[in-house]
Amino acid sequence: MTFQTSRQTAARSMDAWNWLAVPTLTCLMLTLLLALPIRVFGLAPPEPIFLMVPAFVWAVIRPSILPPIILMVSGLLLDMLWGAPLGLWGFSLLFGYAGVLASRSFASGQGQSMNWVWYAITCLIVELTAYLVTLIDVQAAPSMVGAFWQWAVTAALYPFAHQLIERFEDADVRFK
Amino acid sequence: MSLRDGPFQDLKVPLTWAAAMAVIVAGVAALGLLLSDRRETYKDEAYGAGRVVVDRVVAPAADVLSTPADWARSLGNGIGDYFFAVSENRRLKLENARLRQWRDAAIALEDINSRYRALLGVKIDPPIPMVTARVVLDARGPFANTRLANAGEEKGVRVGQPVMSDAGLVGRVVGTGQGISRILLLTDVASHMPVLVDRTNARAILSGDGGPNPTLDYLRGIDPVRNGDRILSSGDGGVLPRGLPVGTAVKGLDGHWRVRLSSDSVPIDLVRILLFKDFTDLAAQKALQASKMPPLTDVPPPVASSSILPPTLTSKPAAAPVVAPVAPKPVISKPVVAKPAPSKPIAPTPAPTKPVAKPSAAAAEPVR
Repeated sequence: MTFQTSRQTAARSMDAWNWLAVPTLTCLMLTLLLALPIRVFGLAPPEPIFLMVPAFVWAVIRPSILPPIILMVSGLLLDMLWGAPLGLWGFSLLFGYAGVLASRSFASGQGQSMNWVWYAITCLIVELTAYLVTLIDVQAAPSMVGAFWQWAVTAALYPFAHQLIERFEDADVRFK
Repeated sequence: MSLRDGPFQDLKVPLTWAAAMAVIVAGVAALGLLLSDRRETYKDEAYGAGRVVVDRVVAPAADVLSTPADWARSLGNGIGDYFFAVSENRRLKLENARLRQWRDAAIALEDINSRYRALLGVKIDPPIPMVTARVVLDARGPFANTRLANAGEEKGVRVGQPVMSDAGLVGRVVGTGQGISRILLLTDVASHMPVLVDRTNARAILSGDGGPNPTLDYLRGIDPVRNGDRILSSGDGGVLPRGLPVGTAVKGLDGHWRVRLSSDSVPIDLVRILLFKDFTDLAAQKALQASKMPPLTDVPPPVASSSILPPTLTSKPAAAPVVAPVAPKPVISKPVVAKPAPSKPIAPTPAPTKPVAKPSAAAAEPVR
């Protein structure tokens, strides 16, 4: 009886709205805000891949059926927002998600700094996937410098991922 | 309500395998979309209804969200104008003096140009109407450099039309909808634009790579470009008008010739979409395609080889009927060399009945 109660409490805190919808909508809103034509002292703000944060967090916390579908749909929205080829970010984010899912048994339970490295490597995999897909799709090499900066800015978002992990890590004890 | 509540709460699913399957299915769907997408083409339908719907939803929201930033920028500009009015005034006076000289030169050149055009009978391109639009969204990553402008089909914007800022060419329209148009920037990795070097008239293709300075590809000739050469649109292929300012040539660190875009010198918040039509759109296609050739049955019969014309004149027998198909005439309608018979026929000379010692006067007279 006690076990059932604790399980229901954990499940309630992991409801789809809290751990799937809110991060997705927040990331899309932030992406939209940074896509506004704003210049600060003549410089454009950076363009990180905010959706990388939930993609990493969802795979770290526990495997689930919904996150890949949500990543696919939100990746499509990202493509439409940025005018990228349809499917580019959906495919790349899923690639990163699959990598984290495959390696979570090795890497989970590490400290924050190791998790940051893990997250940065995942970002690199996603960026490289997008780079290769673009290279094959348009048969032209995108700027390595631009890709590097986007990777660096995205990798710097790990503190947000850490907050989400801290919040949901204990919600489902079966995957801890 | 949680997904775990309800009748499925006791359902046992191997979650890791199910998640892996979901990843594979979603990945295949994304790959399929990726393979079918051609955003850089000049076809209207390539942009897709989904993109248009998202753009139409996003554009007003972005317009509202960017309003505070616009106010802040206007305020900053106002403060800057106030404090730097004197130096700005001096700079503008110098610029005005230079521009007066250019104006005089332009008037003289325009005069000479119009005389040459009149002498040569050159038909120049018609003036291009344009639409001003505000940029409401700006994607500037390494894999997509596009902008969303708030003018669309209702103002005559079509896919392929060039977009300019105050300073130069920005890109071209790749998608339109009601009240929105998506602009593919020159810096986008999918952008390829025919350009020319103003000094040498050498042609090249300007290819974006997601960085700020697109590369000049397929340059030909010996020393076709130098540092600082002006790059203009070439108009080749009819997709752009000729002569739009693009930027200046610079040698990149990687050894490639690149272009420092003129449009980068000013903020691209307002753009002009040129409602340019390709010459094939302007021309009456039906009239061009209508065959002016006569049917084969109208071709006159070939001239007999026993023509009285010399070989030099009989070598082009079919030329006349092709040029004037309405009233085909044989080539030899009027003999050129052979003179007609004399107007006065020669009277047959009767056979002499008896030898004449002295020829008669009629026989001695030459035939006229």
